Amino acid sequence: MTSIINYNLGNPKSIKNMLSYLGIDAVISDDLNTLKSADRIILPGVGHFAHGMNQLDILGMSDIIKEYALTAQRPILGICLGMQLMTNFSEEGDVEGLCLIDAQTKKFQLQDKSLKIPHMGWNEVSWQKESPVLHGLSEKPRYYFVHSYFVECNNQNDVLGTTHYGQDFVSAFQHNNIIGMQFHPEKSHKFGMELLQNFTKL
Amino acid sequence: MPLQPRIIPVLLLHKGGLYKTKQFKKPSYVGDPINAVRIFNEKQVDELMILGIECSVNNSAPNYELIEEIASEAFMPVAYGGGVKSLEIAKKLFGLGIEKVVLNTVLQHNTQIIKEIGDIYGAQAVVACIDFKKNLFGKTNAYFKSGSTKADQSIAQLAKLYEAAGAGELLLNDIDRECTYSGYNQSILKKIVNTVEIPVVISGGASQVSDFSEAAQNGASGMAAGSMFIYQRPHNAVLISYPSNYFYS
Repeated sequence: MTSIINYNLGNPKSIKNMLSYLGIDAVISDDLNTLKSADRIILPGVGHFAHGMNQLDILGMSDIIKEYALTAQRPILGICLGMQLMTNFSEEGDVEGLCLIDAQTKKFQLQDKSLKIPHMGWNEVSWQKESPVLHGLSEKPRYYFVHSYFVECNNQNDVLGTTHYGQDFVSAFQHNNIIGMQFHPEKSHKFGMELLQNFTKL
Repeated sequence: MPLQPRIIPVLLLHKGGLYKTKQFKKPSYVGDPINAVRIFNEKQVDELMILGIECSVNNSAPNYELIEEIASEAFMPVAYGGGVKSLEIAKKLFGLGIEKVVLNTVLQHNTQIIKEIGDIYGAQAVVACIDFKKNLFGKTNAYFKSGSTKADQSIAQLAKLYEAAGAGELLLNDIDRECTYSGYNQSILKKIVNTVEIPVVISGGASQVSDFSEAAQNGASGMAAGSMFIYQRPHNAVLISYPSNYFYS
């Protein structure tokens, strides 16, 4: 069973609905035992980094997630803010993250003033390494992004995909069982479905 | 290079159904909103905008049940507007799975709400909508409350005000052009794109794919349309359509 973490930020229902559309069972849960026993976990999230960490701490989930990802090394997928929360630190609120991957979250400082922040809309991902998550993707996939902060990996081997918006940034990372996607697969039609389906086979 | 601008179908909710108005008047029944969302799923739409058109006039709450169903069905981002008059209502909408809220009437007396929502959900989640139309003397004014209450400020003044308040995006909606197929108001679009740095979405009057290209050239980050996607001309029979790959044509 795939568990989608409910920590009162963002939008877990659309992920569950896309998985149901694919015939994949999933639960949205804030129950710590349900999360502990899940086959895989999705950490969604839209919103402010510090607020997100605060919620995870209040609900007692931070330690559970760390144990799940780092000690048990079970598959975990962070989406958008969920991906950023997996990093060590964010400039959004200047707070520490879950430290699941050696990376940090920074604010876009774009030289080209014609580019708007947030980076919002459909964009492409240039995949940087092979992964079962990328199995059988459609031609010319595009993904929906909405974010003002981006992830910077300290270990180049962790970079799964990059996207260009004024600069190249890490739009997906994978460190063994720990996966992050800056874009929203659940809002990216069939292109997102392919990634979610692959993740649920891990 | 800037992002490829988004094309955004606009669906109007009224009495639990999908309706279409002309110049904010004469709502006519179009069909079941969930069915429309499913069609737009298949057509791989960039983004959907759902507007509850009765909320501000009736001072009623959003139709949460229907919005939740729409958000759960939509495999694309969804923005919702109509009756979003407090942080609490916005919170509830985000909890239902909406990506963005569209604010209009509340901004007449409260622009602080933009920051309140943005602080929690990020600026990208807040769309400030400026409805505008011409008065009898041909002067274009901005309006609140479904075009019924004239704003004291000009469109450009409101645009700057909302940007300073922290809005992630502006929606410019030309009431006079709604459902007229007369093309977008490109001159106001150009003016506002040069006034603010945040993304600007234009709405009202879309008729053909070349309207999108022209708006994109004029700096629009998104092009919204209702009738063009929902009706088949000349008789406005209901037929949902959506252009594919218009930028490459």
